[in-house]
Amino acid sequence: MSFNMTDPDQITTSNESAKGGKAVIEIKDLYKSFGDNHVLNGFNMTLLEGENLVVMGKSGSGKSVMIKCLVGLVKPDSGTVKVLGKEINTLDQQTLDELRSDIGFLFQGSALYDSMTVRENLEFPMRRHKEKLGVVSDTEPLVREALENVGLAHTMDLMPVELSGGMKRRVALARTLILRPKVILYDEPTSGLDPITSKEIIELMRSIQKKYGTSSLIITHDVDCARVISERMILLVDGINYAEGTYSELSKSTDPKVDAFFKK
Amino acid sequence: MGNTSTLFKGVKEFFVEIGDLSHFAARFLREVLKPPFEFKELIRQCYQMGNRSLMLVTVTGFIIGLVLTLQSRPTLIQFGAVSWMPNMVGISIVREIGPVITALICAGRIASGIGAELGSMRVTEQIDAMEVSGTNPFKYLVITRIMATTLMLPILVLYGDLVALYGSALVENLKGDVSFQLYFNTVFDALSFSDLVPATIKSFFFGFAIGLVGCYKGYYSKKGTAGVGIAANTAVVMASLLLFVIDFIAVFISDIFYEL
Ligand SMILES: Nc1ncnc2c1ncn2[C@@H]1O[C@H](COP(=O)(O)OP(=O)(O)OP(=O)(O)O)[C@@H](O)[C@H]1O
Ligand SMILES: [Mg+2]
Repeated sequence: MSFNMTDPDQITTSNESAKGGKAVIEIKDLYKSFGDNHVLNGFNMTLLEGENLVVMGKSGSGKSVMIKCLVGLVKPDSGTVKVLGKEINTLDQQTLDELRSDIGFLFQGSALYDSMTVRENLEFPMRRHKEKLGVVSDTEPLVREALENVGLAHTMDLMPVELSGGMKRRVALARTLILRPKVILYDEPTSGLDPITSKEIIELMRSIQKKYGTSSLIITHDVDCARVISERMILLVDGINYAEGTYSELSKSTDPKVDAFFKK
Repeated sequence: MGNTSTLFKGVKEFFVEIGDLSHFAARFLREVLKPPFEFKELIRQCYQMGNRSLMLVTVTGFIIGLVLTLQSRPTLIQFGAVSWMPNMVGISIVREIGPVITALICAGRIASGIGAELGSMRVTEQIDAMEVSGTNPFKYLVITRIMATTLMLPILVLYGDLVALYGSALVENLKGDVSFQLYFNTVFDALSFSDLVPATIKSFFFGFAIGLVGCYKGYYSKKGTAGVGIAANTAVVMASLLLFVIDFIAVFISDIFYEL
């Protein structure tokens, strides 16, 4: 795998990229404020099929707000958000829930249900999507497979409090994968983890992408993570997509706001 | 000037809060009858609620019955009316003390528990996680909990009444040589449906208020760990206040019926 060797010329920001893929996520002119706090001021982004796109930004720049707009957890003030060809904010509840089963969302803090065991955590998303998976009663093989994918099959009957931060993140990833999403949204997958565990998580993300061919949107402020995994990057500064390009392009930029991200 | 404006702000916030709470209650009523129903979770919540408060209700009920009887004995003896003890204690416990004390205990135990639980689920994004996985968190978390408190509180109240009466009977038995059978016979003779029915209806509303306030505070908890503490704390205060308001209204209404 040589993500950072990708020829910069081949990747453009338009829909007809080198991959020739169609857009799975399209954000146009996204605005969102909380009172006087103008978080997003016309953000644009396109995620292509099969692509790994990294969005970087400072803490508090609105990355989580942006990614939550993609699954309808936050309602934007204006702008359009299209996921898998559907405009998120016009869907009725049922269609929205169906669409959500195609979108995996890894929360910043893992968000495991702490009153349930690991097994129940993984079974939870299947409650409403039995038809999609075609399972009638026995969910055990699916749970086991998802946990094996992240190397934690032995934790099946533990409670989340009994897991370390890194293990929680991996279980959360397994829970995200269990519905076989077409797109995965990672909200800071490595935040709060030590460098070694971060690497493990990143490896996991790559192996999952290879195995299932999902498109991934990765939010991070971890430059190393971005370097390893990104095919293309967007910098979110002042509520807009301030700069776009590959890691090597952006890291050579002389713009002070861009450069600030890559300074050691 | 400063004082009036803070007072004004406080009053405004109070009414905004009442408005939001009514909104929340309306949403509950709108969604409670719509499928899908979360029966399993409802049963689990009922069990948890009973489990959490049974011990407390037992202890407080018993002591209240005991103390009430011990305190009123000298006065009743003075008036030569000690044989009225079962009637007096029975009626005051079933009509008022039982429901109010049990509900207050549950407000302290259950409303704060729900507030903290949902609050921490909100803060750690577990509620958001539920939402994106296609399960309506309002149905799964809120409706089941409000239903559980509404259904369980009347049962706990009846149980608390019985324990309190037992405490009272124990005193009469030890101090006044009244047999348990005689005591309870007198109590049940003195009580009529017009005592039990309003008290039970009132208990349903108490339970509803406890679940509603706990869920409301937790569900809309502010971000951060401080938010969880605030949610738990304000849930108890608001639920207890609401209980007294409901009690006042209930007594007012049943009084009208007595006069008819
Ligand atoms: N529900 C909300 N109500 C009010 N303000 C909010 C809300 N959610 C986010 N904000 C504000 O929006 C801004 C962006 O928040 P966001 O969580 O998106 O930051 P972030 O880029 O994800 O930061 P981090 O890297 O620390 O996670 C912050 O100033 C935050 O205070
Ligand atoms: Mg964030």
